[in-house]
Amino acid sequence: MLLELRGVYKRFGAVTALNGVDFHAEAGQVMALVGDNGAGKSTLTKCVAGIYTADEGEILWDGSPVSITGPKDSARLGIEVVYQDLALCDNLDVVQNMYLGRELRSTFRRLDEAKMEERALGVLKDLSVTTISSLRQQVAGLSGGQRQSVAVAKAVLWNSKLVILDEPTAALGVAQTRQVLDLVRRLAENGLGVILISHNMSDVFEVADKITVLRLGQTVAEFEKDKTNQREVVEAITAGTLHHVPGMQAEVLT
Amino acid sequence: MSAAVETTPAGPGSGPPPAPPTATVLGAVREWWVGVRNGQLGALPIVVGIIVIALYFQTRNANFLTAGNFVNLLAQMAAITVIGMGIVFVLLLGEIDLSVGYVSGMGGVVAAVLLLPDGSQWPTSLAIVAAIGVGSAIGLGQGFFVAKLGVPSFVVTLAGLLAWNGVVLLVIGNKGTIVLQNKFVNGLANDYVGHTLAWVVLIVCIGGFVLQQATTVRRRAASGLPNVPWVLIGLRILATAAAGIFVIEWADTDRGIPYVGLVMLGLLIMWTFVATRTRFGRHVYAVGGNAEAARRAGINVAGIRMAVFTISGGMAALGGIILASRLSSVDTSTGGGSTLLYSIAAAVIGGTSLFGGRGKVSSAILGAVVIAMIDNGLGLINVSAGTKYIVTGLVLLAAVTLDSVSRRRSAASGRV
Repeated sequence: MLLELRGVYKRFGAVTALNGVDFHAEAGQVMALVGDNGAGKSTLTKCVAGIYTADEGEILWDGSPVSITGPKDSARLGIEVVYQDLALCDNLDVVQNMYLGRELRSTFRRLDEAKMEERALGVLKDLSVTTISSLRQQVAGLSGGQRQSVAVAKAVLWNSKLVILDEPTAALGVAQTRQVLDLVRRLAENGLGVILISHNMSDVFEVADKITVLRLGQTVAEFEKDKTNQREVVEAITAGTLHHVPGMQAEVLT
Repeated sequence: MSAAVETTPAGPGSGPPPAPPTATVLGAVREWWVGVRNGQLGALPIVVGIIVIALYFQTRNANFLTAGNFVNLLAQMAAITVIGMGIVFVLLLGEIDLSVGYVSGMGGVVAAVLLLPDGSQWPTSLAIVAAIGVGSAIGLGQGFFVAKLGVPSFVVTLAGLLAWNGVVLLVIGNKGTIVLQNKFVNGLANDYVGHTLAWVVLIVCIGGFVLQQATTVRRRAASGLPNVPWVLIGLRILATAAAGIFVIEWADTDRGIPYVGLVMLGLLIMWTFVATRTRFGRHVYAVGGNAEAARRAGINVAGIRMAVFTISGGMAALGGIILASRLSSVDTSTGGGSTLLYSIAAAVIGGTSLFGGRGKVSSAILGAVVIAMIDNGLGLINVSAGTKYIVTGLVLLAAVTLDSVSRRRSAASGRV
């Protein structure tokens, strides 16, 4: 098990955003994380990414407990998040964006542009991204799907083991969604763990191996994609059985 | 914003980009043209502008394009070029520094006071370092307010503009004018580089340029990456060498190149290296392009901001020393008047965007050429100071408008 969360709680004042969440992700698999607005998807990923620190519960990485208290902790473990807004600099080119903050240098503290471009090219090739013709064009000139590809390539550039994708297809058209879903699939084929957050059930059913459903900060169901259907998942999202209801004693249901 | 690639008019840069990676001269030209159409105008408008302005003034006064006037121009533009280079870094962040005028005044005053031959004067080099240090410290302080306390740079540096004007007034007090008697400092703007030295500098620079290009080509080839065609590299080197020879020989038919010419060249090379070949420079562009992305990439955004204001302050002080050198004195108006506006205008006219993230150090030089030409040319055809300001203002407005329009254009073609 690459990543496992056991009974994780996160509270913001009176609001309990995560109410004892159990969750896991495995290498070489795409785990979809679905749920209605306010279900705790973002909070969960932010706890894993180190932007929030979990109040209670255990996070296990490769089977051993770890504490993630900042983005650097999660980066060290090999966790990379591709946020919905992608966090790219429009005025920089593809290579510059991929290496942003971690530029390679040669003698006299000069940037080693050739080596960076060579490696960036290699990563894009590994991911079979063929839609970007020049790595030296500004990101501003790329389409939505290409930008998404750059953001994903940036995330896997550093031998990361787990990539979290937040709504990667939300702003894309049909052809570009296709590109990105292929890319997601390829990440898993390359042995990475992938967590895919999405509202789009057809996307989820297309690429995910497993589906975890969150509702009101709790894990209400986990499905194998092959053994379920969209109706069942949507039902879990809207009316999944809660383990505990606020104000009532916890009762265990399966 | 929903990505309908197929339905957008087939603008270059949308969808699959058309041109293959640069491999031929034709390909390179095509790529450049695509960039221009997408609003990445580069130095194109400014070069056209310089030619138009030169032709206009030459028809009005035959003295405009003489070697003598060219040498004057170099000395006139030096201070705003140097200050403008600092401004370029500030603009790259999308910030502004309105204090550079009087910070340059501070630089001139500090150097002049420390070099007063009253028996306790400092060694020349130390006095210059101290003056630049004072400017840098001022910049660092202002940068602290911007970066750490979140005060808008506009307000911080506007306060600086007033306050440092006040300090200049207090330091100079009722002396009125401090005459500079230091040979070295006075020589910066008023002495000329000998013919031999000029050639040595040129040969060293061209040699360095060739070496740099060759290294780049070799490294890229070793990594299996496409290179710019060698014809283009050769043309680039030849053009640079030809321009250098022309400038030297033309200036030498008159007094020669003033030492500030060397100062500008040195600073241009140094800051261009910092901006384009170092991690720091890359991060400046990143913060200017998308501060949030830079922060998430682990870049110390506040540190970059403070460093950039420090650079701006230091360069302003150095510009102030050059201003003082030209007049061989400092007085209460040093760094006042048009210094601030001309320096910012130089950076902007040269093509550095006010919106952050786009620009080059060399734009300070190109813009300063335009400003100095207008100033100098209008002087030659005897128009009043009022007209001068109006024309310069209009040129600035035109440059900023071009920047805004081309930015909109590249945004339109870029975001599909």
